[in-house]
Amino acid sequence: MLLQQIINGLAQGSIYALVGIGFALIFGVLGLVHFAHGEVYMLGAFFGFMLISVFHLGVVPSLLIAISASAIVGILVERLVFKPLRKAPDVAPMVCTLGLSVVLQNIAMLAWGSDTKSLPDVISGTVIPFFSANISISQILIFAISLVLMLVLQYILYRSKLGRGIRATAQNKDAAALMGVNINKVISATFALGSGLGGAAGVLVGLYYNAFYPTMGFMAGLKAFVATVLGGLTSVPGAVLGGLVLGVAENLGAAYISSGYRDLIAFVILILVLLIKPSGFFGRNLQGKV
Amino acid sequence: MLLEVKGITKKFGGLTAVDNFSVEIEKGTITGLIGPNGAGKTTVFNLLTGIYPVTSGSIVLDEQEITNNPSHVITQKGLTRTFQNIKLFNNMTVFDNVRIGHHCRGSSNLLGALFRPPSTRREEEEMSERTMSLLADVGLADRKDELASNLSYGMQRKLEIARALASEPKILLLDEPAAGMNPQETKELTQFISNLKDKGLTILLIEHDMKLVMNICKKVVVLDHGAKIAEGVPQEIQNNSAVIEAYLGKGAAKCSQ
Amino acid sequence: MNNIFKNKYLLGALFAGLLVLPFAAGDYLLRVIIVAGIYVILALSLNLVTGYTGQFCLGWAAFYGIGAYTSALLAINLKLSFWIGLPVAGIMAALFGIALGIPTMRLKDIYLAITTLGFGEIIRLILLNWSDLTRGSMGLPGIPAPSIFGISLDNNYFYYYFMLVLVLIVILAMERIIDSRLGRALSAIREDELAAKSMGINTTRYKITAFAVGAFFAGIAGSFHAHYSSFIDPQSFSFSESTIILAMVVLGGMASIKGSVMGAIILTLLPEALRDFSEYRMIVFGLIMMGVMLIRPQGIWGQTKPCTASIRKIMFKAKGGAIKDAVGG
Repeated sequence: MLLQQIINGLAQGSIYALVGIGFALIFGVLGLVHFAHGEVYMLGAFFGFMLISVFHLGVVPSLLIAISASAIVGILVERLVFKPLRKAPDVAPMVCTLGLSVVLQNIAMLAWGSDTKSLPDVISGTVIPFFSANISISQILIFAISLVLMLVLQYILYRSKLGRGIRATAQNKDAAALMGVNINKVISATFALGSGLGGAAGVLVGLYYNAFYPTMGFMAGLKAFVATVLGGLTSVPGAVLGGLVLGVAENLGAAYISSGYRDLIAFVILILVLLIKPSGFFGRNLQGKV
Repeated sequence: MLLEVKGITKKFGGLTAVDNFSVEIEKGTITGLIGPNGAGKTTVFNLLTGIYPVTSGSIVLDEQEITNNPSHVITQKGLTRTFQNIKLFNNMTVFDNVRIGHHCRGSSNLLGALFRPPSTRREEEEMSERTMSLLADVGLADRKDELASNLSYGMQRKLEIARALASEPKILLLDEPAAGMNPQETKELTQFISNLKDKGLTILLIEHDMKLVMNICKKVVVLDHGAKIAEGVPQEIQNNSAVIEAYLGKGAAKCSQ
Repeated sequence: MNNIFKNKYLLGALFAGLLVLPFAAGDYLLRVIIVAGIYVILALSLNLVTGYTGQFCLGWAAFYGIGAYTSALLAINLKLSFWIGLPVAGIMAALFGIALGIPTMRLKDIYLAITTLGFGEIIRLILLNWSDLTRGSMGLPGIPAPSIFGISLDNNYFYYYFMLVLVLIVILAMERIIDSRLGRALSAIREDELAAKSMGINTTRYKITAFAVGAFFAGIAGSFHAHYSSFIDPQSFSFSESTIILAMVVLGGMASIKGSVMGAIILTLLPEALRDFSEYRMIVFGLIMMGVMLIRPQGIWGQTKPCTASIRKIMFKAKGGAIKDAVGG
């Protein structure tokens, strides 16, 4: 029923939100879309999978390690792809990260096989009744961890020197540099934060659906990007709101309209946003200077 | 009157960039639009060329209403502009840049491109001829096959003007054409613009080079904070205290009295 | 290297070589070359939109698929001949190209890229889910081969020569379009859309025209593919396929006809040569895309450096809060 769909939607939406924050951070600081961000999410999921199934670590330690590993992957991508292309035309990082996403997907396929993997009974299947619906343990896990991660991000962005540097760079890179902000460090940190969150989302989603497969990053990345656009491309709270809205819309749509076309909903939203209010929820309302 | 600008206003949210600006441009004259930095001069150009919609007011070109028309329609109707920060087609040759200017005076499209009927071929020949003649006028004929981005700054400015002329405008809007030019180049440019006027072209130009403005403009309009503060022949403007105040501050205005 | 095409003798030799090729090449190689021909047309069609007009399109396989399914369904359900299906497939794809062009005309760069990606996915999802029409994931088998006056033309020689004719027609059409008032308008839009508008070019109309023409050619390629392979399914028109076509354009060089032709040939022949390493095929495509961008963004034969006016510059030019959004205007 309705409440259950909304709860499911919020859980899925939190995942989109975490990945979407990464897009928003990177776009805010660099003005570029990271096409391989979905693959960072996928790698995070697989890191988590390996840590739990092979090394038999608990959920929380695996999550923390996966986040760190994803953050490192993010920094590597930044160094290898974005940094050399800083002066290049916009097409270049776009096509390059597109290529990278293909490479990462296929390496994952070679490394882990293209079949879907699952973990034996990591999270208990108990559900807790909530008014007329049920919330599962894994959903609680998602809500809790997403909240914690977002609060941590909030703290970093607004209470730390690094965060001030990130926000300053996002507003005006040249001015920030003149004020002594280490732009390279800021950019690396942004990628680390965004990718770490993406990796966390991957682990959470893998546990939630108990499904790990190499192409899981593609759709999720696309949809998370739609969430970010919905939120206003450069806005972190926007990405969160956008993710939640998208998750709920998808679930309601799949339940009441058709489940086969579930994935379509994200794209319909994308087109509507771009046609009606391209700046999304919280995007800057910008005018031109010729 | 070739161009009648009637009380155009442009607001960006709470900011009024252009405030009830009106001017009448007589055919075959050169009018100067001056004012301190940030006065809104380029914004006026953007309103006239349809890049921004006006918040209110109207613009009439040769008795045709062009307010809020799309830019390409305005160019077709006879108003063309150049840009403050030269916007050439960098990866195209000098020749092609000017030839593009002719686009709105041609008509062949997909079918013409694919099948090349005589009418299309004739049109292409005419375009090429006109392009060569314009290039000769600005002294760029010998560099026609070079990439636009390889030209020097002064030549790029000339190229942009040639491209604008290729659209056969009734009125040409020049946005700081002398910016970055040395005195010699400025002198040549002044002569060039004057010649264009002699051939019947109407010109409205934004400039900071006062010598150029006072030299060739029949009328000068002064803008400050989006509003017109003075209008008249160059002599009047030079002695106008409001104008001096706008540029140099109250103290300077007092001095001139 | 453009001189090759102006040197009559070399051109003649090339043409003669192409004419006798089927008799020299074995059956397998011939099939590979026919497939290469399909990709040449696809790469050229994408190049018109992305390379020449500068509209970044990531869902190109959608038009390929629309053409394929249109032609296949007309042949299977309505028993229409291939000779009717081929142009109709192109027209159908062109209509979808216009349908995509209209709402996206105000979008630029990243927004456009993602939207076209989304469009590609939407088409794939519809092909997959509308089982009543398309048989969904089971695909359409038994697409009849072309025939003339009742004689079946189902042999590699016919396919090869017909493909050759199609490729030559498409190359000729592209060359004519590029070197025309229309083509110059498209290049102007790529270089500086605002300046193009200010020079009297109706950028909306021309962008849609580019999409329509490009999609038309892609649809033709799709129709050929459907009747040649006699089986199609939605999986053949996925994002991977779009990526492959893009890789060909990128490698060969945007805004270069020769580049697209060579890019398509190289990236069709290369995986065949490395048949033993077929699992690495997509990785190689990805690495090529990355490599080209890192080393030489304009591709091997591309002349133009894609313009640097970019969202980044726009975003970081914060002067009194006035910056232009990447969308609109």
